[in-house]
Amino acid sequence: MDLQPLVASAAAAALPATCPGIRVSDLSLRYGTTVIFEDLNFMVAGGSFVALLGPSGVGKSSVLKILAGLAKPTTGRCEATDGQKLAGRISYMGQTDLLYPWLRVVENVVLGSRLRGEPKDYDRAMHLLERVGLAARAKALPSELSGGMRQRAAIARTLYEQRPIVLMDEPFSALDPFTRTRIQDLAAELMQGSTVLLITHDPLEACRLGHSLMVLSGHPARLGAPITVPGTPPRAPDNDDLLHTQGHLLRMLTEMEPR
Amino acid sequence: MTQFVNIARPVITILVFLAIWWSISAFTGIPSFMLPSPPAVFAALQSQAGYLAENTLTTLSEIMLGLLFGTLLGAITALGVVFSPVLERWLMPVLVLSQAIPVFALAPLLVLWLGFGMASKVLMAVLVIFFPVTAAFSDGLRRTETGWLELARTMNAPPLAMMRHVRLMAALPAFASGLRVATAIAPIGAILGEWVGASAGLGYVMINANARMQTDVMFAALFILSVLAITLYVVVDRSLRKLLYWAPDSVGGR
Repeated sequence: MDLQPLVASAAAAALPATCPGIRVSDLSLRYGTTVIFEDLNFMVAGGSFVALLGPSGVGKSSVLKILAGLAKPTTGRCEATDGQKLAGRISYMGQTDLLYPWLRVVENVVLGSRLRGEPKDYDRAMHLLERVGLAARAKALPSELSGGMRQRAAIARTLYEQRPIVLMDEPFSALDPFTRTRIQDLAAELMQGSTVLLITHDPLEACRLGHSLMVLSGHPARLGAPITVPGTPPRAPDNDDLLHTQGHLLRMLTEMEPR
Repeated sequence: MTQFVNIARPVITILVFLAIWWSISAFTGIPSFMLPSPPAVFAALQSQAGYLAENTLTTLSEIMLGLLFGTLLGAITALGVVFSPVLERWLMPVLVLSQAIPVFALAPLLVLWLGFGMASKVLMAVLVIFFPVTAAFSDGLRRTETGWLELARTMNAPPLAMMRHVRLMAALPAFASGLRVATAIAPIGAILGEWVGASAGLGYVMINANARMQTDVMFAALFILSVLAITLYVVVDRSLRKLLYWAPDSVGGR
């Protein structure tokens, strides 16, 4: 496995500039005669945070699953921008926290080591839990945590993997707006320097977190030109540029033909 | 307060039940060989204590051995069926057949083949126990939350680790409910075997006492059997809740 020698405390420290990006070429997905999307071409620059925005059912999650190696595309390819495979260099955050209910929080953080049969680095796990503000709950069961805490534990588990690329599938959509905003800030801070592709149907979330954002829409789905929001993420929720872009996106996605 | 009510409720139920039983036997003139009074049964419990204890031990051993082997067999069958489609195609009809034939009908044959000793009773218990375990456990193994498996795959988990750390763990609550059902019905198998042909055990005591019109002894054996079955269930249920402290049904439980 070609894990890059990342900074020991993966947390906020910037990853080396060599952190690879993602290149997707001519990706299409069909189920029978139904075309979900075709001819998707895009690139996520190394070390950038890109949000992929689109209404529900447009195939966003499928794109992410293909990138994560969990599903096969009908045609097309995806690879890292350094020309190597993505497999083994990705960590994945799903729509729910996916904490294993039988493992205590700290054991959930070191889950990757447990599954691969490697020695578990509890020091680093505790350090990460401290960063996400959960050190005191390290011994708790997931069922004893609130939704926001569970999502923070999931972030710690994602960071523990020290993969250069992070894929996120609407991980914050189940949280209340205030918790969501706090967790977004935390994620943006801790994943700075990694290549992140975030999938969301929330224009605000996309505008707050993304260096740039892409819109996937239509049937079959096509990708709009990348949109860049001025300023560095995480942007304040009342930032003018953000509000402007958010309004624009909301209007565009609302006016689009429904299925 | 609620704790007091929780303890008081079964006690009151038992007292009311005893009162009804006692008054029927005292006031209706039903002969004692039809319905012995509670004191008569208590006396039988005392006078036959050694005899009853010995036979209780036999029945308890049969139930425990049946549970042990039945659970093992059930768990192994579930694993086999879930991970080998070939095995599933061959085994499923056999499993269904084993449940389609009533154990009642099999009991005389098993006694004929395995004798009057414990083996035929243990096998009978195994026959009634393993199926609920297999059914519940294989169901649990098949229904692992996809997200957990996908997460494990993105973490490059080898297949064996997926099995051991994800699917098996996730199936434990289902396995536990299978085991609870098995525990509740295990005594049926053992007692049935003893009825058909045995030289020891509570079922043997009952058949024997029945033939001699010793209804009080029969009631005593019946009483011990119910206490045994309930205790066994409570112990298994409590232990499972303790072991699977993380499972949702262990948290909200009584």
